[in-house]
Amino acid sequence: MSSDAHSSETHQTGTASLFVTVWVGLLFLTAVEVFLAYLEYMRLHPAQMLGLLVGLSVLKAGLIMSYFMHLKFEKFSLVLWLVPATIFCIMMIIIFFFPDSNRLLQMRLPH
Amino acid sequence: MHESNVQAASTSAWGGGARPFSMGSKKLGMWLFIVSDTLTFASMLLAYSYERLCNPDWPRPFEFNPAILKGSGLTAILLASSLTMVFAVAAAARNNRKATVRWILATMVFGIAFVLLHMTEWFKLFSEGVTPWSNPWGVPLFGATFFGITGLHMLHVTIGVIYLGIMAAGFGTGHWSAEDVEVSGLYWHFVDLVWMFVFPMIYLMSVKI
Repeated sequence: MSSDAHSSETHQTGTASLFVTVWVGLLFLTAVEVFLAYLEYMRLHPAQMLGLLVGLSVLKAGLIMSYFMHLKFEKFSLVLWLVPATIFCIMMIIIFFFPDSNRLLQMRLPH
Repeated sequence: MHESNVQAASTSAWGGGARPFSMGSKKLGMWLFIVSDTLTFASMLLAYSYERLCNPDWPRPFEFNPAILKGSGLTAILLASSLTMVFAVAAAARNNRKATVRWILATMVFGIAFVLLHMTEWFKLFSEGVTPWSNPWGVPLFGATFFGITGLHMLHVTIGVIYLGIMAAGFGTGHWSAEDVEVSGLYWHFVDLVWMFVFPMIYLMSVKI
C-alpha cells in the first residue's frame, strides 16, 4: 500500500490549538473534581459525591472521545453504533446493582 | 441488469465491497475492543462503587499531600501524553515520519513516568500495611478494589507503552502505516479515558479530611 493510501485511511481533523484547548479544559475539570472532593466539609452524602464526580468524569470522557479519539469527526453512524450500546450495557449493570447496595446500607445494625 | 446488480452488491457495505463507517478493519476492531474493555472497567468500577456506598466506614487514607497531589499529577501526565499522541497521529497523517516517532517517544516517556510515579504510591501503601486482602483501617475490600482497579489500569498503560514502542520502531522504518499509528492512538486515549474515572472514584472518594 502506498503512503498516500495510508494517509487517506486516517481521519485526522482539528487544529493543534483546538486540541490544546480541550487539554486545558480537561485539566480544569480535574481541578474542579479535586475541589469538590474537599466540599465534603459541607457533609455531602457519598452517593451524591460519587454522582457529582462520575458526572464530571463522563463529561471528560466525552471530550476525550470526541476530540482526542476523533469520534466527532467520524461518521455519525459509528457514534450511533458504539455509544448507545455501551451506555445500555452499563445502565443494565447499574439498574440491577445499585438498589441492592442502598438496601444493604439500610439493613445494617445501628452502632 | 445482472452486471449492475453484481456491481451494487460488491460496493455495498453488506456485500463486503465497502468499508463499514468508511474506516479500515483495524480501526473498527480497535473500537470494538475499546467497547469490550469499557465494560470490563465499568464492571470493576461499579463493583467498587457498590462496596464504597454500602460501607459507611470505608477507609479514607488519601491525604492532600502527597496522595491527592500525586494523583492529580498522574492525571496531568496522562492528559499530556494524550496530547502528544494526538500530535503523533497528525504527523503520521502528514507522513512526517521523524515528527511521528518523536511525538510517540514523548508519549512513551509520559507513560513510563505515569507507571513509575504510580508505583511509588503502591509502595507507600505497602509500607503502611495495605495489601489486596488486608489493611490497617478495617474494610479488607479497600485493598482488593484499589490494587485490582489501579493494577489493571497500570497493566494497560504498560502494554500501551510497549505497543507504542513497536509503533515508533515500525513507523520509522516504514513497516507500519499512518492508520496503524491512529489505531494505537485510540488505545492510548482509552487508557487516558479510564483514568478519568479511576482517579475521582478511587482517590477523591477516599480523601482524608
